[in-house]
Amino acid sequence: MSVPGRMSVSTATKDVAADVAVALPAPVEERPASGLRETLYFAARNKKLVFGLAVTLSMLAIAIVGPYIARHPPLEYGGQLSVPPTTRDGYWLGTTLLGQDVFAQFVTGVRMAFVVGALGGGIAAIIGMVVGFTAGYRGGIVDELLNMVTNVVLVIPTFALLLVIAAYLQVRGIMTEAIFIGLTSWPWAARAVRAQTFSLTSRDFVSLARLSGESSWKIIFKEIAPNMSSYLFMMFILLFGGAILIAATLDFIGLGPSNTISLGMMMQLSVQNAALQLHLWWWFLPPGLAIMLIVGSLYVMNVGLDEVFNPRLRSM
Amino acid sequence: MLRYLLRKLLIYALTFVVAVTIDWSIPHLMPGNPVLTLMGRIQIQDPRVAQHVYASYMRSFNLDLPLWKQYYYFWVSLLHGDLGTSILQFPAPVSSIILHAVPYTLGLLIPATLLSWYVGNKLGALAARRKVLDNTLLPFGYLLTATPYMWLAILMSFVFAVTLQWLPVGFAYDPTAGRGWSLAFGYDLFRHWLLPFLSLFLVACGGWAIGMRNLIIYELESDYAHYLESLGAPRKLVRKYAFRNALLPQITGLALALGAVIAGALVTEIVFSYPGLGYQIYRAITNEDYFVIQGIFLFIIVGVLIANFVVDIVYMIVDPRTRIGMQEGGQA
Repeated sequence: MSVPGRMSVSTATKDVAADVAVALPAPVEERPASGLRETLYFAARNKKLVFGLAVTLSMLAIAIVGPYIARHPPLEYGGQLSVPPTTRDGYWLGTTLLGQDVFAQFVTGVRMAFVVGALGGGIAAIIGMVVGFTAGYRGGIVDELLNMVTNVVLVIPTFALLLVIAAYLQVRGIMTEAIFIGLTSWPWAARAVRAQTFSLTSRDFVSLARLSGESSWKIIFKEIAPNMSSYLFMMFILLFGGAILIAATLDFIGLGPSNTISLGMMMQLSVQNAALQLHLWWWFLPPGLAIMLIVGSLYVMNVGLDEVFNPRLRSM
Repeated sequence: MLRYLLRKLLIYALTFVVAVTIDWSIPHLMPGNPVLTLMGRIQIQDPRVAQHVYASYMRSFNLDLPLWKQYYYFWVSLLHGDLGTSILQFPAPVSSIILHAVPYTLGLLIPATLLSWYVGNKLGALAARRKVLDNTLLPFGYLLTATPYMWLAILMSFVFAVTLQWLPVGFAYDPTAGRGWSLAFGYDLFRHWLLPFLSLFLVACGGWAIGMRNLIIYELESDYAHYLESLGAPRKLVRKYAFRNALLPQITGLALALGAVIAGALVTEIVFSYPGLGYQIYRAITNEDYFVIQGIFLFIIVGVLIANFVVDIVYMIVDPRTRIGMQEGGQA
């Protein structure tokens, strides 16, 4: 698998592992009804969570507000060439070798990163949940079949697959990119959800719901999913970050959206136009830094959440 | 044990068939006649070359045949090692382009993957539940694992090659120097290899360290660890057992992370103009050289499948439960 593989080493492998060989304790929390206040109490005191959330939100603010502040359209060739960051004319991050406004490109790129993350991560999370719930709850032959499909998609390197698809698309948009990323990066999520569902299905309260004649989907959504909501949320965060990284890699290789600019494309254009040799650092430093901050803060936030929801990890 | 291996092989065979089918169907799924579309997009000046390319396209797509026969012939030529002809580097066959590029990519990929796995796991195990180390190593690890591969490569290139000029900016060797098998050439190769290797290694290392650290904490909180502790076992022994158990999912993780590391190697090569598969694929994409892209795709798939199988075998050796068939190990 592609970039999610790297993410899976933090939270996901733990449960891929629980699924397979090592009997790790599945982090399923059963909170009392009054648990919300307690959760918030621990959340506010968790430095990782607060820090991660703060950085993510400030990047989100840049994504939302930035494009309105930028004085030039991101793709316009208007300014002087290769100007270092300046306060003049609103070229706060300077201009590219071709005279484009780096600040405008940067804020647009950050916005695109969030779009790709939300859409790609969202689609992957939904597919992963549907496949995981169905396989884990139904079991038997359905489980076998879905497991087979999951394994096949898991082994195909997502990135290589996207490469071929994107290369043949004549017009590429940010939405298509996000959708394709979502369609290919769900397998580890499906495995994780399946493992959790599997362990919950054998609980008494699920059997009780079954006895009372509720439908399968109602049991899944009302009995099983709420008991792993924190887990699902953390999975979405990891998929979100993963989608941003995959998109950046695709864009860098020259398969980015053809009608806008993204952080990965900024890096590609800067390398292509010898920005390194010309010391145009303001062109290639910001985009990578932004990705690192967004994805890194998401990961740190995720660890914080894990500690809040899972009391055993708190004692540090 | 045999059942376990057969099951794995079945999944890999299935994956290969699916991948080849995707590879075949994507050009066919696009609207219009793929050959005319391709010819319209590549704009070859020389009419003789154009004719040859057209004929080679027609041959590889077999458009005049029924669909199932086209698919059948695709497999036939694939199994003969025929991946088509490159347009950019006409008339070089795609397979020879790939074979020339592969040693560079593997030379980066294999040491970076294995070393980062080893070092990352050691560091992660060291940091878990040790406050000072954890607080310094962990944030660093998160930053590294969130860093896009190409950006670290860009940074390394900018600092060490362009600004400080300690190491060369790009390519696999100095083209002006002689190329024989001499010590000087070996040193030259090493100097060109070092920066791409380091940027790959560092990003991958961060992920492994974090994964290991989290796994060890889970292990240390598990019942057997508490039980050992209550028996008065030395902390070191408990940690050792925890490490061994935590290593199993990390071995599976190695197979899972492979795709990401390969993607990382491709973009790192682009930054350093390192003449491996990534550099070839970049040239192919910017010049719309489709057979090269498709050929490299298939090649990567085969490589990943082989690597997965190797990991499966290692896993079987390390985890006795897979051998006696107690559990389906690995990732299937």
